[in-house]
Amino acid sequence: MATIQSHKQHEILEAVIIRFVGDSGDGMQLTGTQFSDTSAMFGNDIATFPNYPAEIRAPQGSLYGVSGFQVHIGSVQISTPGDEVDLLVAMNPAGLKTNLHAVKPGHTIIVDTDAFTKKNLEKAQYDSNPLEDNSLENYRVIEVAMTSLTKETLKGVEGLDNKSITRSKNMFALGMVYWMYNRSPDHTIGFFNKKFKSRPEIIEANTKVLNAGLYFAETLELIPNAYTIAPAKMSAGTYRIIMGNTATAWGFLAASEKTGLELFLGSYPITPASDILHELVKHKHFGVKALQAEDEIAGITAAIGASFAGGLAITTTSGPGLALKGEALGLAMIVELPLVVVNVQRGGPSTGLPTKTEQSDLLQSMYGRNGESPVIVIAASTPANCFDFAYQAAKMTLEHMTPVILLSDGYIANGSAPWKIRSVKDMPEIKNNIVSKYHENWHPYDRNKETLARNWAIPGTPQFEHRIGGLEKDKITGNVSYIPENHEYMTKIRAEKIKRVQNYIPDLSTEFTEEGDLLVVGWGGTYGSLYTAVKRLNEEGLNGIGLAHFNYINPLPKNTETVFSKFKKIIVCELNSGQFAKILKINFNNLDLLQYNKVQGLPFGNGELAEKFKQLVK
Amino acid sequence: MEATVKKYTFKDFASDQEVRWCPGCDDYVILRAMQKALPEMGIKKENVVFISGIGCSSRFPYYMNTYGMHSIHGRAPAIATGVKMANPDLSVWVITGDGDSMAIGGNHFIHVLRRNVNLNIILFNNEIYGLTKGQFSPTSLIGQKTKSSPYGNTQPPFSPGELAIGAQARFFARIGGNTPKELTQIFIECEKFKGTSLIEVLQNCPIFNDGCFDKFTDKKVREDKQLYVKHGEPMIFGKEKDKGLVLNGLKLEVVTVGENGITEKDILIHNAKEQDPTLHQMLVRLRYPLVTGIIRSFEDVTFEERKNALTAEVKSKSKFSKTDDLFFSGDIYQVF
Repeated sequence: MATIQSHKQHEILEAVIIRFVGDSGDGMQLTGTQFSDTSAMFGNDIATFPNYPAEIRAPQGSLYGVSGFQVHIGSVQISTPGDEVDLLVAMNPAGLKTNLHAVKPGHTIIVDTDAFTKKNLEKAQYDSNPLEDNSLENYRVIEVAMTSLTKETLKGVEGLDNKSITRSKNMFALGMVYWMYNRSPDHTIGFFNKKFKSRPEIIEANTKVLNAGLYFAETLELIPNAYTIAPAKMSAGTYRIIMGNTATAWGFLAASEKTGLELFLGSYPITPASDILHELVKHKHFGVKALQAEDEIAGITAAIGASFAGGLAITTTSGPGLALKGEALGLAMIVELPLVVVNVQRGGPSTGLPTKTEQSDLLQSMYGRNGESPVIVIAASTPANCFDFAYQAAKMTLEHMTPVILLSDGYIANGSAPWKIRSVKDMPEIKNNIVSKYHENWHPYDRNKETLARNWAIPGTPQFEHRIGGLEKDKITGNVSYIPENHEYMTKIRAEKIKRVQNYIPDLSTEFTEEGDLLVVGWGGTYGSLYTAVKRLNEEGLNGIGLAHFNYINPLPKNTETVFSKFKKIIVCELNSGQFAKILKINFNNLDLLQYNKVQGLPFGNGELAEKFKQLVK
Repeated sequence: MEATVKKYTFKDFASDQEVRWCPGCDDYVILRAMQKALPEMGIKKENVVFISGIGCSSRFPYYMNTYGMHSIHGRAPAIATGVKMANPDLSVWVITGDGDSMAIGGNHFIHVLRRNVNLNIILFNNEIYGLTKGQFSPTSLIGQKTKSSPYGNTQPPFSPGELAIGAQARFFARIGGNTPKELTQIFIECEKFKGTSLIEVLQNCPIFNDGCFDKFTDKKVREDKQLYVKHGEPMIFGKEKDKGLVLNGLKLEVVTVGENGITEKDILIHNAKEQDPTLHQMLVRLRYPLVTGIIRSFEDVTFEERKNALTAEVKSKSKFSKTDDLFFSGDIYQVF
């Protein structure tokens, strides 16, 4: 086992951003995940951002086949995966070409020189070899023949074919980075032992290459200094690293256990939501019932059926899938049954950018149904709080008897971060509207006076036999009614029911300052980017900038307008062309809103935000 | 069935809603047949659920005094699958029509059959869109003149039974909408059947497609034009009970008992329980005679049985009984 003691001077840095890039078959996601997990175990705060092509195996060496994984580690609270890279590990010319712009001048690039062949350079559209033409002179380039060194390391290991040998070169790179950042390889070696249990030769190969990379870095004169990232100060407790999609799945598991209602998932595979399905199908031991349906519509309608029959029903999807579910969501709304629809947003319209992030389904979530069909809309804002908002979505749908759309996005869904583990016993209580004792005056559309939630009479319960459906309902009996006044009454009461949810959600709060020159407004997955930018400016002495980040979108928190009124300027920042700004304007006539929008399939960079905010307070 | 189930009459299953189908519609016959069949099934009323899509037939649940949902166009099989998965103790019935299940809901129709969810589907086939006032449907005949095909329909029809068996249906019955006793009997049989049962009812629409099945179902011709099959019995039909089916090579052939040396022994015996659906498909396709009754009834493992067995196995091996066990498992670490 390697010891990571070094006589070299270690530079103490608060935070470092590392990006691993290579071909989509080069194992960059695994490399990045291992580094971030190891760092988290060491006590660093982390944020990660995988960025991979939609093609499973795009042509080797091509620009569009580049797969990347960025990890931001530090001893301070980390909110985003960051935008400017301190260390780029490029396994081929295409990776270098597509990521060079992100590297801070003067910072480090590690390349596998073996991959810089004539053919690969052509595929990456380089006219000359960047390693030879001085185009990288502003960077510290560490050239390593990783492929050859890996082959050399594995000489004599029995039972390996050429492909497996070449494929383990990512571990050489990882070993080097471990040494540079003073990390132990133990966690990763443990991972090999678990993952390749039945293939000892693969365990041996990967371990050897990982250590070889580590030793190589240690002795390499080319690395001028190394960094030490001290553990971050986080609140005491038990933590684990969790991906947003896993956290979403677990939030529902927790709600199911809390309520004693069986969790039912109806879903159809779609990027980037499928991981929630993958996670939940593992948990049959908790009574989870999952149906991988024939299409998106069957996913939601099966969930509606399960809800009618008394389950805690959810359906998971992404943008195009939500469009397909629209009609059924209207049904769930009019029959007033509990249902959570998770929309992990991706770049749109149409098929759009399936593997990229965007916040452009907000208006679809609000209004994408025929007729007047309001539902609760909430949004998670970090990988870890996907857990809380999934739980909250379940709580709200059961307590208010109306569908809830939970918005996540590709950025937080695939990103991971430390999660302070929550035990179900510490989670808030969840009430439900189930009826079991029949009385003669009972009607299917009797409502709770405070919430206006309809009662939930479940098939199998004697004497409550009743019919519901998509035709307009009589306000009491739930029978079909074409009476004009009844339709208007029902339209209003369904809207009022959503409005009253305001009485049950927390007030909007601001961070950094409650009044001042500029209020930065955001919602959902952009929290980390906005927080980091505003924090940076506050540290620079611009203390009049506050941040108000929304998780509750329909309805909005009651005090929204009051919070806004304390600032001279308000800027709404979104990864779309201004959808939340529109909603705010609809709700508050007199608002004068500035906007900062980005629609590139990418998260905000902290730098661009800080720059913009600075201009506004000058 | 449980001995404690109250003895119901058909009135117990009639809701307080006024039935609003057109006068003379076969839907009335089917409704009454169902209300008569349910008391014979020994199921508690609160355990019966009707799920329908959209169309004339899909108003059915409103008229049944059971749990029910009139849902959206074509999706009833998927909703019913969710109901059944959430509570396998319920007796779940899907009410659908030829537009609802053969067109907009075709996908859910084939997949519920493929999975073999233990529920019952009644397909009211009238070869027309009634509720939208008379357009051709996926079961309308070529050349049929309708509101949306004034010069004749150019789309070849689906045969629901063929489609269903192609989608691995284990139970298929076809029955005329004007034969209440047989309807009641088949409803009882399909409730007994474990797996997805599909009943195609040839339902006359007196307004937009009146008489479309007369050549098979009219009382005057019925016995000569229909073969009502029963498992284990020879496939004999005709007023004189002298016609029968034999296999001639790969084709079914109608023969007359007593002619050309044919005796009753030569007539095919109906085996609804045969796993191989080849002969069932041939029976479904036949137009003379039109085969009615339970054509296929092959009991197989149901979707719920597979799911339950798997769940039990996973549970028995799992180290997780509470979410805490999961959340605090694996790579966790302390911050002090």
